[in-house]
Amino acid sequence: MKLKYFAWVKEILGKDEENIDIPIGIKTLGDLIDWLVSEDEAFVEVFKNRELVKAAIDLELQDYSCSIENAKEIAFFPPVTGG
Amino acid sequence: MIKIQKEDFNISNELDSINILSDNIGSVVSFIGKVRPDNNLISMTLECYETMAVKEIEKIINKAKNRWDIITATVIHRYGKLYPGDNIVLIITASEHRSQSIEANQFIIDYLKTEVPIWKNEEYSEHRDWVKTKESDLLSKEKW
Repeated sequence: MKLKYFAWVKEILGKDEENIDIPIGIKTLGDLIDWLVSEDEAFVEVFKNRELVKAAIDLELQDYSCSIENAKEIAFFPPVTGG
Repeated sequence: MIKIQKEDFNISNELDSINILSDNIGSVVSFIGKVRPDNNLISMTLECYETMAVKEIEKIINKAKNRWDIITATVIHRYGKLYPGDNIVLIITASEHRSQSIEANQFIIDYLKTEVPIWKNEEYSEHRDWVKTKESDLLSKEKW
């Protein structure tokens, strides 16, 4: 699965994307975030206020309760500010 | 028509391309969002999740077409490093009657500012900051 990061999420992590193997038992976006936080200190900083981090599964914005089964690409980013 | 691009746009060319699409156009509305030259801003860098941004803009244009009788809509959004006075975004809507293209244009920019994955980073002499979502932008969208 590919993970992509944007804006200050990318800056904190020091990378814009990575391919990861998800452990068995990780079912939802929330589960994925819990696992990432347990694996890497930088994710603790990113997700210290989870309301400030949006997530998209295969280009669709989703809640943290959404299943990640069959997801090819998951992106994490702050609320948008374009225009 | 949707474009996400680094280079500037030429509004005359874009308006010309709208005008040849239909013989029924009675109103063309264009909106240009620019880098506001205030508070000692040196530059603004725009970052974009391009594939998702195109998809979100498509959804917004489709919503606008379902709600107003617009003949066509163009959205061009720039990314990369921009400077005060530079163009950021161009939205053109065209319709037979003016109220349709005026309202649809405002709808598109209000939705774009809160739903399309693009982020602004502002550079000042001593620091740089990611722009935070403005409450006023959220309220502007809510009114629709």
